[in-house]
Amino acid sequence: MNILKLLITVIFLINFYSSDLKAKNLGTEITKNLRCLICQGQSVYDSDSEFANSLKILVEKKLDDGLNEKQIYDYLKNKYGDWILYDPGFNKNTYFLWLLPILMFVFGGAIILRKVILKKKKL
Amino acid sequence: MRTKIFPIFLIITFSITFYVFYKGLQNSNIYTPEIKSEIKIPSFEAKEFFSKDTINSDQIFIGSEFYLLNIWASWCIPCKEEHKYLMDLSKKENIKIIGQNYKDNFVNAKNFLIKLDNPYDLIFSDNDGTIAIEWGAYGVPESFLIKNNQIIKKIIGPLNEKLFSEIKELTQ
Repeated sequence: MNILKLLITVIFLINFYSSDLKAKNLGTEITKNLRCLICQGQSVYDSDSEFANSLKILVEKKLDDGLNEKQIYDYLKNKYGDWILYDPGFNKNTYFLWLLPILMFVFGGAIILRKVILKKKKL
Repeated sequence: MRTKIFPIFLIITFSITFYVFYKGLQNSNIYTPEIKSEIKIPSFEAKEFFSKDTINSDQIFIGSEFYLLNIWASWCIPCKEEHKYLMDLSKKENIKIIGQNYKDNFVNAKNFLIKLDNPYDLIFSDNDGTIAIEWGAYGVPESFLIKNNQIIKKIIGPLNEKLFSEIKELTQ
């Protein structure tokens, strides 16, 4: 009986702890994905500038207001443009960025394939 | 033939790389994204600077008058430089200057205004800097020219002679 009680307490505590952890992590997760516009090269999470500190408070406020991650990103994108996100969306300004690796992959693949075919022909 | 192409290709590649990096040395490494103009002003609630009464943004920006929202702080050195332009603008009839006191100490801010004079028609406090983010601002000083609840010009950094005359022209 005692073991059962202990088990229930432990499970309860773990649940309680993990739910709190989750809520805290979302704010951190979001600020890690935001670029600090004052101290470029740092995320808002890493930065201690006035701008970044305000943004951290704002993200927490928005989360309390019930906005989800995407809504917060959209909200900030609307204010500061794509540049604030570390993960830029696919649009006419960024298609080169997104397609370049694929292009290089296809191009490189074609070269390798040609070499292989040529080698086989020689054999 | 093959042996000749390779060195030429190498030299061209190196010279292009050199050129690109050499050019890049002169570029500013601070990137400011394109500023979207003609956007609607945000709505927010703030505390009036002196009376500490809560005011709503739509009580501040009324009608079709010109408003200049200026984000300032007593600890901000460039704010002192632009102060004379704000004083000049405050003498104009058709423009109202609204101050947003950014992350400041009340006593210091008050002393700042006593010492340099007060150009603002109204000041509200932004103690945690979240209202500045609502405006899409980066820091202090920053100014927004507003008409009909639309931001018609955004100025990052202190006002200078050129920007001052530009504002004058826009508000003619």
